[in-house]
Amino acid sequence: MTAVATPDARKAGRWLYVTSVVLLCAWVIVPLYFLLINTLSAPEDVQSYPKAFFPAFDMGSLSFFVTFNGMIDALLNSIMVAGLTMILSIAIGAPAGYALSRFDFRGKELFRLLILLTRAFPLPLLALPLAVMFIRTGLDDTIIGLALVHTTLAIPFAVLITFSLFSGIPMELEEAAWTLGCTRLTAFTKVVLPLILPGIAASAIFAFVISWNEVFAAAVLTIENRTLTAFLLVKLSEAPIHLKFAGGFILVLPALIFIFAVRKYLFAMWGIANR
Amino acid sequence: MNARFLPYVLIAPVTFFLCVFFLYPFVLVANQAFTADGGYTMENFREVVSDWKFPISLQNTLLLAAAVVPVQLALALLMATMVNRMQKGRDLILYVWTIPLGISDLAAGIIWLAIFEQSGFLNSMLDAVGVIDKPANLLTYQNPWIVFLAIALAEIWRATAIMLVILVAGIGLIPKEYYEAAEVFGASKWKQFLRITLPLLRPSLQTALVLRVILAFEIFAVVAALGGTLFPVLMSETYAYQFDLLNSGAAAAMALIILGISIAATLVILRALRVPKGATI
Amino acid sequence: MTLFSKTFGAASAIAMSCAAVAAQADVLFWSTQARPAEEAQAMTEQVLSGFAGGVDYQPNEGGPWLTRLQAELQAGSGSIGVLGSLHGDFSAMNPDDLVDLDDLGVSSASATFDTLAKLGTDNMQYIPWMQASYIMAANKEALQYLPEGADIDALTYDQLIEWSANVHEAVGEPKFGFPAGPKGLKHRFFQGYLYPSYTNGVVRTFASDEAVTAWEAFKSLWEHTNPASTNFSFMQEQLLSGDAWIAFDHTSRLAQAFNDRPDDFVAFPAPAGPTGRGFMPVLAGVAIPRTAPDMDAAKELVKYMLDPATQIATLRATNFFPVVDVALPEDLPPSVKAAGDAVAKMSGSADANPGLLPAGLGDKGGDFSQVFVDTFERIVLANQDIRMVLDDQKGKLAAIMQESGAPCWAPDAASDGPCPVE
Repeated sequence: MTAVATPDARKAGRWLYVTSVVLLCAWVIVPLYFLLINTLSAPEDVQSYPKAFFPAFDMGSLSFFVTFNGMIDALLNSIMVAGLTMILSIAIGAPAGYALSRFDFRGKELFRLLILLTRAFPLPLLALPLAVMFIRTGLDDTIIGLALVHTTLAIPFAVLITFSLFSGIPMELEEAAWTLGCTRLTAFTKVVLPLILPGIAASAIFAFVISWNEVFAAAVLTIENRTLTAFLLVKLSEAPIHLKFAGGFILVLPALIFIFAVRKYLFAMWGIANR
Repeated sequence: MNARFLPYVLIAPVTFFLCVFFLYPFVLVANQAFTADGGYTMENFREVVSDWKFPISLQNTLLLAAAVVPVQLALALLMATMVNRMQKGRDLILYVWTIPLGISDLAAGIIWLAIFEQSGFLNSMLDAVGVIDKPANLLTYQNPWIVFLAIALAEIWRATAIMLVILVAGIGLIPKEYYEAAEVFGASKWKQFLRITLPLLRPSLQTALVLRVILAFEIFAVVAALGGTLFPVLMSETYAYQFDLLNSGAAAAMALIILGISIAATLVILRALRVPKGATI
Repeated sequence: MTLFSKTFGAASAIAMSCAAVAAQADVLFWSTQARPAEEAQAMTEQVLSGFAGGVDYQPNEGGPWLTRLQAELQAGSGSIGVLGSLHGDFSAMNPDDLVDLDDLGVSSASATFDTLAKLGTDNMQYIPWMQASYIMAANKEALQYLPEGADIDALTYDQLIEWSANVHEAVGEPKFGFPAGPKGLKHRFFQGYLYPSYTNGVVRTFASDEAVTAWEAFKSLWEHTNPASTNFSFMQEQLLSGDAWIAFDHTSRLAQAFNDRPDDFVAFPAPAGPTGRGFMPVLAGVAIPRTAPDMDAAKELVKYMLDPATQIATLRATNFFPVVDVALPEDLPPSVKAAGDAVAKMSGSADANPGLLPAGLGDKGGDFSQVFVDTFERIVLANQDIRMVLDDQKGKLAAIMQESGAPCWAPDAASDGPCPVE
């Protein structure tokens, strides 16, 4: 059909395509732009009507947070917890994803169910027994302790995403490598790993974001070593509306920067995967 | 290493980890659901199910999942195939589309409240183009459908990116040769999508759907921000039992009900999109 | 894996050192009050900075607050030194988990508060810390629509309804605001204001004919209430945005309106009904959990909180009033003056009918409030028949009273056993 498409139809198709891309971008960005407007507006303007569609660059709300005691420490804590969560969940989750996609073994279904159960049960209810356990073992109020809990939340993503990616890579590819003299391990590192690196990056981003945005466990399990989310959200939920927006903005920003920074790895898949 | 033991070695770390940090506390909590006054009983389940709000919150949760997830799936598939065709600016577009990944449900709730509230941006926009004279009250108990729509839109905005990233990664793994062959045989783009992309994407589709559906049953923060008390969902009732009524037995029972629904939905999806081992392409 | 183990090692070393620094310990003040960012900041910088031992003030939402506390109590050790919360939260706890505080030698100026603080035991389980109340506030624009002959400082419910109707008619949209959102304190309005004003009771009179009248009155007020009220939790926001012109709320949840635009708003007492002007206090207390790491420092901090100078600083920071006798300074923020005047007029009015906080409900306090919230949602939002709903909810209320064995509290007439629902 591509061969017979008339120039007009092609032009129209092209136009439709570009418009949809632009519209979808707007769909994502416009609400964020509203957040930006409210963040950079004076308190009175946040409550006014009709709203201005351009920010007034009033830094009052933002500077309120910058002068907050402990913001920097909380930011560092957040980054450390999220970083640890990322590493742990991939290191622990990816092998299981590989096992799920490549082997039939007894208890496989049970194992998958266990993974999903983790995601389907509300964490705030588990926080009490976890906190008791942590206080008794001394993990309480440490970066590692919180990272362990966040890893539990991120593992289903890590396992399932790596599973689906490994499943997308033909078994024959690995088998071919074996016949060419690779061991199971070298076949994996030389053939499979490069192919799924982007997927690994994707689940790493998930892990980071899950940890970054998690509040409840952070609020219960840390006291001195608050993460930024726990630090801000506790204060935000009842703060005046203009501070809510500014705080929301401060929470969103680092995650955006992080995704931007790792987008190369996330989307490097195009170079590799275009076989 | 022996192929019989290898899989167990590979899943051992996850299993150990989840046993300590999930299964152990989970068993303690689940136990509470079946105990009341020191004995084993179904009393907690009877209590939560017979509450006048239970049918409403169950219905709301299911309706919302049924409305949101298919739209997200379609949207994510559309975006993923569009990105796939892109030659220029792919990185940038994909980055923009994945931005909502980094936004927590609480922040998303705040953002969409700013749009839908009475003196919010939606009214301001309608006002600017002259459709309305004075701001209409949108999120009220008289407009349950607008409340529903606002929540659904916020969810679609926030959580489509999760599916998108999984699907984009999956599409990237489909060999180009299939499409080239299809072109040679004159298959239309739509046919290529139906015959090549969809079937080969099955593992990723399965994962994306399962994760998304499970999260949809746990929706809470966005609903609380936009619906206030108007739109009770299962999760908000669970929290109310745990933290307002201090009734952890009932909260645990609610949580187990959510868990049961999630497992049922998961099994259906897994059945429908069964992935053959090692995906023979 | 070397990168992994290195990172892990480094992170754990940092985490350990953090923990070590924390161990030399300020007193951890674990609070559900003064949560908003600005109030929390003020607590740290203006109220607690004067305490010699050093304080780490950590406000938290009810859920995490309680979960953390329960975990420490179950584990048998912890880091929380002092608890700050509402009377209702403490009364839901097991008194054995709180240290008896009689030997501190501090108490509030109110014998009623001190009795409440014993939580049904013989000893002080917490020390009253600060108090507030619920009042009305209005945009001055609305004053021109006051019904003829109505005195804003002595309104009746009928006048309030008429006033709201006038505003509704004049402006074209309903401008009464009611905090019926998820975090709104609507149940306190029913328990402490509507019921006492119409039925001279709360529990005994729950399903009485007078209660039907009360709900009918509330329904007619609701016709002139901004229907988005089910999203409102802090009426200061809607007063400032203009979405509400007349509002009922907690004094500290109205404060920002007065502080931001003191000339635009007036505060006034809650209205009166057939059985008087019902109103109720809000009482917050400080307590020490039995797991406090440094008991002496914690006790010092509790004493410090009751110091008159601290109480005034707390008033400035949180808009909660002192519970000890202090002379209030002149230069208070506008919100404090406005709220203070309104509360004084309310309690000093001839028809005042003060209620007490629900007492003796134990861990049923949440269920008790839920009965009123459910009743509201069914009658007003779901438009169900008032008599039918009250008769239905009555069973739940009676079960709660039976189970907790709580005797009646004012304005209900005293009872021997658990307070009966008549």
